[in-house]
Amino acid sequence: MEIDVLKKVPVREQDPKVRATNFDEVCLGYNKEEAMAEASRCLKCKNPQCQKGCPVNIDIPGFIRAIEEDKLSESFQILSMYSALPAICGRVCPQESQCEAKCIRGIKGDPVSIGKLERFTADWARENGIHPQAASEKKGKKVAVIGSGPAGLTCAGELAKAGYDVTIFEALHEPGGVLVYGIPEFRLPKQTVVAAEIENVKSLGVKIETNVVIGKSTTVDELLNEEGFSAVFIGSGAGLPKFMGIPGENANGVFSANEFLTRNNLMKAYLDDYDTPIFHGKKVAVVGGGNVAMDAARTALRLGAEVHIVYRRGESELPARVEEVHHAKEEGIIFNLLTNPKEILVDENGWVRGMICVEMELGEPDVSGRRRPVEKAGSEFELALDTVIMSLGTSPNPLISATTSGLEINSHKCIVAQEENGQTTKRGVYAGGDAVTGAATVILAMGAGKAAASGIDQFLSAK
Amino acid sequence: MYEITKKRFLSDNIFLMEVKAPRVAKNCAPGQFVIVKMDERGERVPLTICDYDAAAGTVTIVVQAIGASTKMMAEYNEGDYLRDFTGPLGCKSELLDTPAGDLKKKKILFVAGGVGTAPVYPQVKWLHSQGILADCIIGARSRNLIILEEEMKAVAGNVYVATDDGSYGFKGNVNDKIKDLVNNGNQTYDLVIAIGPLIMMKFVCLLTKELGIPTVVSMNPIMVDGTGMCGACRLSVGGEVKFACVDGPEFDGHLVNFDEAMKRAQMYKTEEGRAILREKEGATHHGGCGQCND
Repeated sequence: MEIDVLKKVPVREQDPKVRATNFDEVCLGYNKEEAMAEASRCLKCKNPQCQKGCPVNIDIPGFIRAIEEDKLSESFQILSMYSALPAICGRVCPQESQCEAKCIRGIKGDPVSIGKLERFTADWARENGIHPQAASEKKGKKVAVIGSGPAGLTCAGELAKAGYDVTIFEALHEPGGVLVYGIPEFRLPKQTVVAAEIENVKSLGVKIETNVVIGKSTTVDELLNEEGFSAVFIGSGAGLPKFMGIPGENANGVFSANEFLTRNNLMKAYLDDYDTPIFHGKKVAVVGGGNVAMDAARTALRLGAEVHIVYRRGESELPARVEEVHHAKEEGIIFNLLTNPKEILVDENGWVRGMICVEMELGEPDVSGRRRPVEKAGSEFELALDTVIMSLGTSPNPLISATTSGLEINSHKCIVAQEENGQTTKRGVYAGGDAVTGAATVILAMGAGKAAASGIDQFLSAK
Repeated sequence: MYEITKKRFLSDNIFLMEVKAPRVAKNCAPGQFVIVKMDERGERVPLTICDYDAAAGTVTIVVQAIGASTKMMAEYNEGDYLRDFTGPLGCKSELLDTPAGDLKKKKILFVAGGVGTAPVYPQVKWLHSQGILADCIIGARSRNLIILEEEMKAVAGNVYVATDDGSYGFKGNVNDKIKDLVNNGNQTYDLVIAIGPLIMMKFVCLLTKELGIPTVVSMNPIMVDGTGMCGACRLSVGGEVKFACVDGPEFDGHLVNFDEAMKRAQMYKTEEGRAILREKEGATHHGGCGQCND
């Protein structure tokens, strides 16, 4: 095929009008011909900047060269040395601000489409039944991993590859954490992609025990003192949803994005043959501008609603990935930017009937460096709605920190852990991901899981 | 998978199940609950713990078959397996953290309504194990809905049964019985613990506030994960938003906003009613969905 070296090989997507009515994956990915063409755009730099932009330090030119040379199995083994979840990362990593942001090709023209190539290799391996290789030597030591989201799965995979006997404890009934309850099917297919990568982690020898809530079903101290684990990694995730504290917020029809997405993704409310109820709103406002807000908005749209994103800052301040905002707009999500809710209006039966909003303008920069939104006096207006979804971020869950002796938390109630090796203030206990940083991305959690695996390996090797 | 080791019906649509769940049995305490997902497609249903045996590794739950999932669960028998059984969740009863000396001085009255008798039982049983005998009112609409009476008698002080229709025991609701005990029976209580339907707990709290008796209630709102992640179970307590799953399920009944909680409990009645309708009743549906008056 013909290529323009300055431009990415375009990736095929479902038509916006069609996909707005289904839960199938939006992005269809590259075929082999397209992938090989895109791979040929890579300059294979001697000093690859892209690799420095990757939180798990993948040998990017290496796996791309193998695609170009049609050595796909080798490409997958290279990826697997660095990441347990390449088909997931290829889909949900913010490449534009990481590897692709540093790509030399990107100085003049488009950077190489590293994410789409990673996805291609990982999908090819899965479809061809190729799995990562398990460790040959066993260390004979048990490590417990709390949480089976991206941090936990990565940490567990790395430790298993190093020969440790790893058990993951998951509070919900399915492993995967945010990959399963949070990110929707149309962005990350659960059965074909997530379940398959979890199977890969299990094929490395990792055991997963579901329905165990650490802090309730058992504790970190019991794992260490009674169940024979030599070290523990805490990757318990983001925590409790935040609400605004405005009047009407407990009305029927107001949900946290976590609840709305969990009902739909984990509990499969969008499928008729599941018992899970979900409220099918006709006019929905999602408050917030992050990736989770986009996920909630696009899910509500697919369930048949007119959907508004209500965000207090402007377009350039939206924390969501550009690609997600672009997809949301294509599908017909209405953006009410520089708009902030003041009150949720409730009908006589306790249901949402609307929301009073106020227009905002951007003032001086605040501590985050972003310009602070301030209310425009007298600009209040009413939005008629039957559903409001609050997507304002989360605060840490105290279940583990409150039940573990000697585990320090910071003023934000996040677990204190060293960035380079995940070590906490309690001997033998490591932590990473959203439980440490507050809500962030899948790949940063994976990076932390990987760093902690190496910290645990050093700790147990020195013992 | 979690094996059902015992099952029996306590009334027409209330059944008891003993389930093998060693981690839950080892760590659970009165006041806590579990979440059960019976099969792949079922809901996550929060259910109160009625009894537990750490040595045998079993936990007993009592379930009222009202939703799509619980109606199907009612057809499971001994030897069958539940797909998921998570817990213990929520905080243990405050009684367990009260110094024994203080507890012994208190005269405690439990008020159990319908299936709410199940979570009352382990608290009364625990007090009994500490040498304290609490009184208990068990109330229901009618005789056939009174459950666990014999079990309760074995561990409580006085057990009073009250039925709305007078088909068994005292004729009247639990509030009538509380008034009867206080006014005619010369009983004084220092603490009331009321567990049952929201409407019952609301009116018990109005009465005990009048009588000046501190009252604890156990809330069982709509939930998804049960670990604080979704916020579906939020309720207003003393003007503050609380999550029943992690802050509760027990709260100071005089501070709970019951009217809001009752509205929130209706949230999925329509959806759930529809689910059952589709499945079970077809065109013959007459009530029970939350939309009808039944």
